[in-house]
Amino acid sequence: MDHQPPPFFKRGPAPLARLSFYAALSLALVFVDSRFRTLELARQAISVFTHPIQQMAHAPIDSLRNAGDFFSSVARFEEEAVRLRREQLERAGTLLRAEQLEAENERLRKLLEVKGRQQVSGHVAQILYAARDPFSRRVVVDKGLQDKIVAGQPVVDAAGVVGQVTRVFPFVSEITLITDKEQAVPVQIVRNGLRSVVFGLGNGQLELRFMPANADVQNGDLLVTSGLDGIFQPGLPVAKVVHIERDTSYSFARINCEPVAGVENYGEVLVLDPREVAALPPELNKEANSGPKPAAKPAPAKKRALKKD
Amino acid sequence: MQPTFSSSRILQPVRPWFIVASLLVALVLNFLPTDAWFWMPDWVALVLIFWSIREPRHVGMGWGFVLGVAMDVADASLMGQHALAYVLATYAAAALSRRILWFPLGQQALHVLPLLLIVQCVQFAVRAMPGIELPGWGYFIGPFVGTLLWWPLTFILLLPQFQPVDHDANRPI
Repeated sequence: MDHQPPPFFKRGPAPLARLSFYAALSLALVFVDSRFRTLELARQAISVFTHPIQQMAHAPIDSLRNAGDFFSSVARFEEEAVRLRREQLERAGTLLRAEQLEAENERLRKLLEVKGRQQVSGHVAQILYAARDPFSRRVVVDKGLQDKIVAGQPVVDAAGVVGQVTRVFPFVSEITLITDKEQAVPVQIVRNGLRSVVFGLGNGQLELRFMPANADVQNGDLLVTSGLDGIFQPGLPVAKVVHIERDTSYSFARINCEPVAGVENYGEVLVLDPREVAALPPELNKEANSGPKPAAKPAPAKKRALKKD
Repeated sequence: MQPTFSSSRILQPVRPWFIVASLLVALVLNFLPTDAWFWMPDWVALVLIFWSIREPRHVGMGWGFVLGVAMDVADASLMGQHALAYVLATYAAAALSRRILWFPLGQQALHVLPLLLIVQCVQFAVRAMPGIELPGWGYFIGPFVGTLLWWPLTFILLLPQFQPVDHDANRPI
């Protein structure tokens, strides 16, 4: 004998039961996404539904902006064309020499039997909008899986490094800017070749961490990527030192830098192709393959550490 | 149903498609590129709370969860962050629904303020676990703006349910 209420009073499970179910489900999502990062496929699938709505929301604003461009005076464009032509002429000398230098560098590297450097190439992408999340600094660009973008590719603009691709969706991808709190770029100082890692501060500035208080760093020093991470090509400008605080009560100096690239600007960026993995000499490969099995296990962790640093 | 329980005006029943349409409009409003205006309220949270106070049997935690996941993907935030906040807020709103509807609009808005603050605080708590700092106190302005919007929102979303006042209905000849 069961004393069920008549079916027309049925209202499904009790609110508290539903709350526990949905809250547990959301907490599980939070945990899995923050610890394992295995939800990328689910994100891509859901983005197929949310992306059209987002585009719909952006359409009127884009068309307003385009209309503004349409009515802006021809004179301004002419002025800009003249300025660009002049800039191109001014840079022509350096550019022509750079090509010659690159060829010469290549030849010398071959002579010295040093590994050649990879040519820089990539896709031009347009920044669509900044992600609404107030806790991080990310932008969304209009190239995605369709253009064979993969997570981890470095992103630069005309002046220097902007960030790194962190998530790829079918038609768009997310770029974490170098000013994000969780983004780090291995750099070296051009003046003396000192290596370090630069971290975002979350307020549009960068910080050079773990440099001893007496390190040879000066205001105005240019930081370029060191390329030790295997992700960024070496020699891309990243930031300029703007403020140094040497406090004897701390073992490290506090060094603030400003990004060289227009990190917080909108416009076009270049998504660089992933760097080729430098091949190990065959004898090392043989040694690694014949070694004990557990050696293969820590590989993913090492990879992640590399990506972060 | 009345606009508030103490009102003598009878509303027409709500149309389900209007609820869905209003939630979709709120989603579009949230997707607008307004990240520079930190005081913008969370439209989806506001409309979700509105419907779970007015119609707790039509709009519940399921809607909160689905819209939350959509917001998470579109916002590039942690998966489940918005979902958890919306689920908790819809539960609290539905639980308080019988009580809130007895009050006039001003006092209803005062009940809505803590619900909107729950949404912000839960999201902050979820993100603070891996050690992220508060992005400035402006983060908490949105709920206050949302509270002020309770008056126009109630009027707009109840508009299709209002019946025209018929002066001839109970007039002595």
